[in-house]
Formats: sequence, structure tokens, C-alpha cells
Amino acid sequence: MTAPPADAVTPARTAALAVRDLHVDFDGPEGPVPAVRGVDLTLNPGEVLGLVGESGSGKSTVALAAMGLLPRTARVRGSVLAGGTELLGAGEKALSRLRGSRVAMVFQDPLSALTPVHRIGDQIAEAVRVHQDVTREQARRRAVELLDLVGIPDPARRARAYPHEFSGGMRQRAVIAMAVANDPDVILADEPTTALDVTVQAQILDVLRTARRETGAALLLVSHDLGVIAGMADRVAVMYAGRVVESAPVDALFAAPRMPYTIGLLGAVPRPDTGGRPLTPVPGSPPDLRKLSGGCPFAPRCPLADDACGDEPALTGTGDDHDHLAACVKTPGPGLYPVPEIPPATAGAEAPRSERPAVLRVQGLAKTFPVFKGTAFRRRVGSVYAVDGIDLDIRRGETLGLVGESGSGKSTALMEILRLAAPEAGEVEILGRSAAGLTKRQAHALRGSVQIVFQDPMASLDPRMPVGEIVAEPLRAQGHGRADAAGRIPRLLELVGLEAAHADRFPHEFSGGQRQRIGIARALAVEPELLVLDEPVSALDVSVQAGVLNLLQRLKRELGLAYLFVSHDLAVVRHIADRVSVMYLGRTVESGPVEEVFARPRHPYTQALLSAVPVPDPSRERARERILLAGDPPSPAVRDEGCRFRGRCPLYAALGDAERSRCEGVRPAPRSLGGDQVAACHFAAG
Amino acid sequence: MSPTVLAYLTKRLGYYALLLAVAVFLSYVLSSLALSPRGYFEGRQPPPPAASVEAQLTELGINDHTPLMERFGTWVSHAVRGDFGRTIDSSSVGEEFGRRIGVSLRLLFAGTLLGTVAGILAGAWGALRQYRFSDRAVTVFAFLLLSTPTFLLAVLLKLGAMKVNQAAGTELISFTGEKTPGLSGSAGTLLGDRAAHLLLPTLSIALGTAAAYSRYQRGTMLDVLGSDFLRTARAKGLTHRRAVLTHGLRTALVPMSTFFAYGFLALFTGAAFTEKIFGWHGMGSWFIDAIGKSDVNSVVAVNVFAAVMVLLSGFLADVLHAALDPRVRTS
Repeated sequence: MTAPPADAVTPARTAALAVRDLHVDFDGPEGPVPAVRGVDLTLNPGEVLGLVGESGSGKSTVALAAMGLLPRTARVRGSVLAGGTELLGAGEKALSRLRGSRVAMVFQDPLSALTPVHRIGDQIAEAVRVHQDVTREQARRRAVELLDLVGIPDPARRARAYPHEFSGGMRQRAVIAMAVANDPDVILADEPTTALDVTVQAQILDVLRTARRETGAALLLVSHDLGVIAGMADRVAVMYAGRVVESAPVDALFAAPRMPYTIGLLGAVPRPDTGGRPLTPVPGSPPDLRKLSGGCPFAPRCPLADDACGDEPALTGTGDDHDHLAACVKTPGPGLYPVPEIPPATAGAEAPRSERPAVLRVQGLAKTFPVFKGTAFRRRVGSVYAVDGIDLDIRRGETLGLVGESGSGKSTALMEILRLAAPEAGEVEILGRSAAGLTKRQAHALRGSVQIVFQDPMASLDPRMPVGEIVAEPLRAQGHGRADAAGRIPRLLELVGLEAAHADRFPHEFSGGQRQRIGIARALAVEPELLVLDEPVSALDVSVQAGVLNLLQRLKRELGLAYLFVSHDLAVVRHIADRVSVMYLGRTVESGPVEEVFARPRHPYTQALLSAVPVPDPSRERARERILLAGDPPSPAVRDEGCRFRGRCPLYAALGDAERSRCEGVRPAPRSLGGDQVAACHFAAG
Repeated sequence: MSPTVLAYLTKRLGYYALLLAVAVFLSYVLSSLALSPRGYFEGRQPPPPAASVEAQLTELGINDHTPLMERFGTWVSHAVRGDFGRTIDSSSVGEEFGRRIGVSLRLLFAGTLLGTVAGILAGAWGALRQYRFSDRAVTVFAFLLLSTPTFLLAVLLKLGAMKVNQAAGTELISFTGEKTPGLSGSAGTLLGDRAAHLLLPTLSIALGTAAAYSRYQRGTMLDVLGSDFLRTARAKGLTHRRAVLTHGLRTALVPMSTFFAYGFLALFTGAAFTEKIFGWHGMGSWFIDAIGKSDVNSVVAVNVFAAVMVLLSGFLADVLHAALDPRVRTS
């Protein structure tokens, strides 16, 4: 791809989409709340512009404002030109003629983006018929062609399906089919893969590339995921607090960012290709747009900020470089953010792994859920094999990353382990004690040694309880006296980087990252040996997530904890875990030390999964080889005698009949493939 | 119909039969214990001889000297053959039934249909214009109607009609009974006469129904208006209006299907107040009169019929729901 011409030299009239001085305010109970504060963007014909930013930066609002799809309470000012036609202020009739034909849109959540009561094919045909003078039959045929284009197998039959019969990935394909139905000049994609699993994300990004190739449309890709942007975009604009703060060709932006916020963002994002490097979090959290001071909105978090930052800087280039613009009056040098120090491991955790005691051992764990039908006479019609044989082994002082896509049984496995009771099948051993034979009293005592941190920091904290009480509650539950529990609160809060003086505040007074720290403090109160972390950072923005990850690493070293770290984000797991265990449809398919598994995945599923993870590095991302898996995971309600992955397995596809029958009939047992690495595949190379 | 659907329906109907049996038993026992037909006969002027009262009670199968379970057994053995016994005035309950249902249907059909459609439209319109003056006006009007008891509304309508008639000098709007007794003339004249009689009851039914439906519809519509799929429809190039009509309205109707089912089968069980006030002899007024006369057989018959209608409504609601929402069909 050639570098596109810069903003300054592209007149708005010839651009595919030109946004000029866009302002959006929403009505709030205390007056208007700004969401977008003067944004300029130029999308040249055929190019991909990545719009990056954290939640609340205004990036989605820009896309919706361009389409005229914001709610009525939004007040929009400025100009949006699509191929020379002004969109802002145009009437609903005129706008609807442009929507879908010149400018099309792909939304974030494919599960709710389609009308549940109409057939998929009809919804696509409708998009054709709104703009083209064709018969119902022609439109229907075109819909089938479009479904074929976006990779829906057996499109003629699937066109008659309803949205609920499609998986999330297939629905997103259908939405893309609608977007390209009228050969638009511009496609706006608002976080198109955020709600999807990583292997499905890879498929959808591929479909977007196909869609662009077929229509030649320019693409505005809105995303918070720097890896996705690195792989797709020609140019990137970074948004912060409702403004574009940096804009550059993709390579320049990733190689030499100029705005301290961009620098912070890139330093805070964990990478799947290089582990161990400490992340540099950006201190603080994004500003409240209702209370902006008038100066640079990033100044309160910026290490370089001084009196010169009192005025909001304009987006400018340096010298004769008109391609790379930044809104900063400073010239940041290297080492802008201090690299946090992670203390060395405590004594005992340094011993060789085999000599350290096991904190958690799980073997052959299984959990099935009955499926019922009927309301009056409920009857069991089958089972969902949510967990169907997983093995875990965690030693003191280590972090095991448990990865798997949605529906792989991660959460079920956690709940089964934390139940501290005899599992349906298999064995759970915590601190050397089998969960099967525990009395109520013993289980209660053991609960103090195993604590959990939940995904959603807001939902898991009682909103009516001061955080001091929240943190002390596990202590009280374990029989500590009121005074003793209260006495420990300040130290616990300080341990997770919060101020002891804030103990009487309520959860809503804290930011997302701080709330997750409260959750961690609560889990640590009873001095557990094993901490179960269920997607602990997936609800947090990158700049905040880094701080929480660093905190977890520090606590592990200082307190000699062991972590069971569940995550769908492989880059995070690569960063924080010592060992990794990969699940597919309820079964453990591969496990081993994180460096080895990431460097040389042996199971075909692990290989595909790792190859699908985008890397926030444009040159690596372009050179990376992907293994695209076909289709979606099969239903977990079907018990499979053989390997559950074979339907999507590239290795199986290449096998002969005799070998295939082994995959079909014999369940692959975990086998050692050199060193500590174990994979459950008959044919994985050693 | 596939075998699984058939099996499902059979099972469902079996379950209904069980519920119906319970309902029948309870309503028979309750009516027999609460009502005193003996008192009704003894209170006649001139008082009939004791032997004759005894004989009449036995004849009707409602003699309280016969054990309750025995009476119930006899009633059931007749009922399963379609014989619901005789009213306290010795006419056939079954025949009375046929007549009364027809009257209730003629009285309520137009009003319910009109009220339902108007309610949906008013609700959808209010949702589209949320918090504007028109939405607030509809809301206030609807709550005014909802908080007005039927009998008050009916009486107010009657007063209004009298004023109109006075002003016009002739009886433009009739509000007693189904038709003018003894009127003869062409089919058109008779039909016009019936329409004139139907106007006020229809209005009173329709207003109440519309007020209730408009509230529910406004709520479901507001959920749909904020939905992602409506935004997708507009992003395709549909105008807001068209997106709402083709994608929003049908989805917003799905949760309403239960109300429709119960609302329409309630047609058959009549409307006690409306019938009484406008002098129509339908199911509702029959029920009230029967209680007044301690007519056990009639009360039980109306109760059983209402139970059947409630169960059928549940069934109809499921069918409607499945017809409107494909997500229900597969599971």
C-alpha cells in the first residue's frame, strides 16, 4: 500500500469523507455534555483510516454523527462532506438516500444489530431495494450473492434463516453484506470485532478486506484495539477527550509517536509476541468532559506538563512534515514514562517448579448441564457438556493463564473449582486437599485460602457499602473481630495503591481501575494462597489495565501468591502468565510454559488461536502468517467420541482416511511434546 | 404440523384439562356453598309449600340436603354429555348460553377491535413523540380514562347522548338495548337502528381498552426505538418512519400478544357493567342476575365457560407469540 496524501493537501471536496470542526454535545441533567470537541478527519478514496481511542474519547460518536444517527438529544455542529455533499443539517429524506448507498455502516454488537423478526435474506434484500430499482426477486438473488461474498456457506438456504439462528460472527458477516449491498464509497465500521472471539475476529477482518476490495470503498475503522488498527489501517487518528490529538501514517505513528498520550498508550499495551517487558501505565484516568479546564486535557496525566500546557494545543506538524500531526507543545524524548519496578520473587517461589508445592491440581474435571424442554411438563432432552475433561496444575508463586474463546467452559470450570465440593467427574485438589471429602466447616476454612476477583468491577462491589467495609467483609466472614478487621483496612488499601483515607467512600466515587483494585484488596484481605482472576482487566481501558497488571505482578512477588488468570486476551496472558492452559469446547487441548507455548504451539487449535491475535506493530502485522479457521465452534450439546476440534482443524483436513478415523473415534489424550509442554492431539508434531 | 409440535400440543391440552377440572370443582363447591337457592324459593310471594320447594330443588339438582359431592357427581355426569342443567327459572342453561354469547359478542366485538387498534397506534405514536406535548397529552388522557370506572364512563356517555338528542330534537343516539323493539322497515333501517344502539357501548369499551393498550404499547415501543437493529435499518437507508414501521412495530407487538389473546377471548365472557348500564342481556348481566337469584347452575356454567376461555387465551397467546416471533418457534 502506498502512503496516501496528507490531510493538508487533500481538499475536502475530493475526499471520500471530510469531517471539519465537528462538535457534538449531549443533553445532560446539568446542561450540555461535550462528547466531540472540534474534530477534523479526512478519509481519502480507497484508504483505511483507523480511529483509535479509549472509552469516552468520542470516536464512536464521530462515526454516528457522520451518519446522522445520533439520538435526538445530541447537538451537532461543524461539517461532514461525503463526496462533496454536506451531511450535517440535511433532511431525513436526503440523508436516507445517502445512507447505505454512499456511506454505509457496520456496528459493534452483531447480536443486536439485526431485526429479530425478519429473515436475514429479506433484511439484506431490503437494503438493495431501498436504493436500487429492482424487483423483489432480483433483490433476493442479490442478497444470496452478497451472503456468498461475505463467506456464508450455503447462502441460498441460509438467507431464509432468522438472526437468532446465526452465530455472532455470521451475523456480523450479514451486517457487512448489507453495508456493501449498494457499492458505497465509504464504510464506517464502529468496533466491528470487539464483541467477537479472536479467531472469529480474524475472519471478520478478512471479510472487511474482501468488502473493500469488491467495492473500493474507503474505510473508517473505529477501534480501541491497537493490534487491529496496526493490521488494517493506512493512517491513524488518535482521539482523547473528544479531540484528535495525533494523526499520522500507520508506520510513523507506531514507530515514532509524538503525543505523550499515544506514547503512553503504546507503552501500556501488552503484546503477544514479546512477553515479560514491564508495561508503563499512564497515571490517572481520562478527564470528565463536563469539567475541562481549558488547557491541554491530557496535562493532568502527562509527565511533561508545565505552564506551557495551559492552552489547548492545536493539531500541527513539525517542519515540513505535514503527514504527522500532533496536539502537543512539547517534544517528548525516550523514557517518558517511568518503567515500574517489579520486586524479585520472595524466597520459596524461586525454587525449581517441581519442588514447589501444588496450590491447585485439577484432573479430568467435568460438568454437564441438563437441557430441558416444555413449560408444564419439563423433560430433559439432552446435556450441554460445558466442561468435559480439563487438567490444571498450579504451583506456589506461579500464574497459570487459562485461555479459551467464549463457550469454551472457562467460567464453568472456575465455578466448579470454587464450589469446594465433589465434582461431577474428575478430581479437584486445593492446597493438597481433595475437594471431594470436605466437611462444611473444612470447606469454609479453605475458602479463605482461595479468593476470586471478578470481571466487572462495578457489578461486583455493593454500591451502598463504603469500600472499607467491602474490603473487610471477607475477614468478618472468616471469623475475625470487628476491630481486628477494621484495623487491617488501611494497609490493604495501601497494598493495592489506594489511599487509606478513602476507606469511607463508596464504589461509585472511584474510577474503573480503582474499583478493580478494591476488588483485589477484598480478595487479599484473608491472605489467600490462590487468587482466581476471572477476566480481571477486560473491562478496563489499556492505559488503566497496565497499572492493574503491574499491581498483580508486584503482589504475586511480594506475597508469594499463585494466580489462576482467566482471560480471552492472549496478549495479556502472554504478559502476565508463567504457564498457560488452552481450552477448546470444555477440554484442555494444550498446556505448558508460556514462552514455549507461544513460541511453538503444538496443537492445531492453539496454532490458529495464536496466529489470529493482532500485534500492535504494523510491519510485523503485515508480515504475519494467519491460520484462518473455518466456521464456528460446534454445539457443546453434542457429545463427541473423538476430537472436538476436528471439524475446523487444518491438520485433520490434510490427513488420510485411516488417520482421520482416529480423530473421529478416539479422544486424544494429553501427551508430552518435549519438556513441559502437553497437547491433546493425535498428530501434533513433537 | 410436525409430530413433535403435535405431541407438544397434546401434552399442553392435557395439562389444560387438569387445570380445568380443578377450576370446575372449585367453582361448583364455592357457588353451592355461597348461594342459597332454598332461600330464593322460600322468599317467594306467596310462600310456596315446603314440599314443592324441596321437589323443585331436587329437580334442579341443587338441593342442599343432598350431600355436596353427590350433587357435584350428578352435575358432572350431565355436563360431560353437554347438559349443563336448568336455570332456577327452569329454562335450559345451554340455550340461555347460546343466546347470551351472541349478545356479548355483538356488543363487544367492535369496541374491542377499535380499542385495540387505537391503543396500539396511540401508544406507538406517543413513543415516537416521547416527552413532547402530544405524548404528554395522550398520557394524561389515557390515565384519566384508566382511572374512570366503567360505570361512571358509561353514565357520562349516556348523559352526553341525552344532550345531543335534546339538541337534535329526535333520538339520534339510542342507548337502551340492542335494537328498538317492534321496529320494522328495510334491512338498512334495521341495521342503522342497531348501529345507533351500538354507538355508546362501543365507545365506552373502546376508550377503556385503548387507554390500557396505549400504555403497554408505548413501553414496548420505547424499548424498540432505542434498539440497535432500528439504527441498522436506518443505516441501510430507510427513513426513520419506514424503519419504525417495518422493523420497529412488529417487534414491539411481540410482547403485546399475550394481552391480545386475553383481551379477545374476554369478548365471550361479556362485560358486566356495560351490559347492565346499556340494557344488553349478555353473559355479564346473566352472571350478575344469576348470583342475585342464587341460580347455582347458571353461575357454575358461566364460571366454567370463563375458565375455558382463560385457558384458551393462554394457548392463543402462545400461538400468536410464535407467529410474531421466530425465536420462539425453534426452541
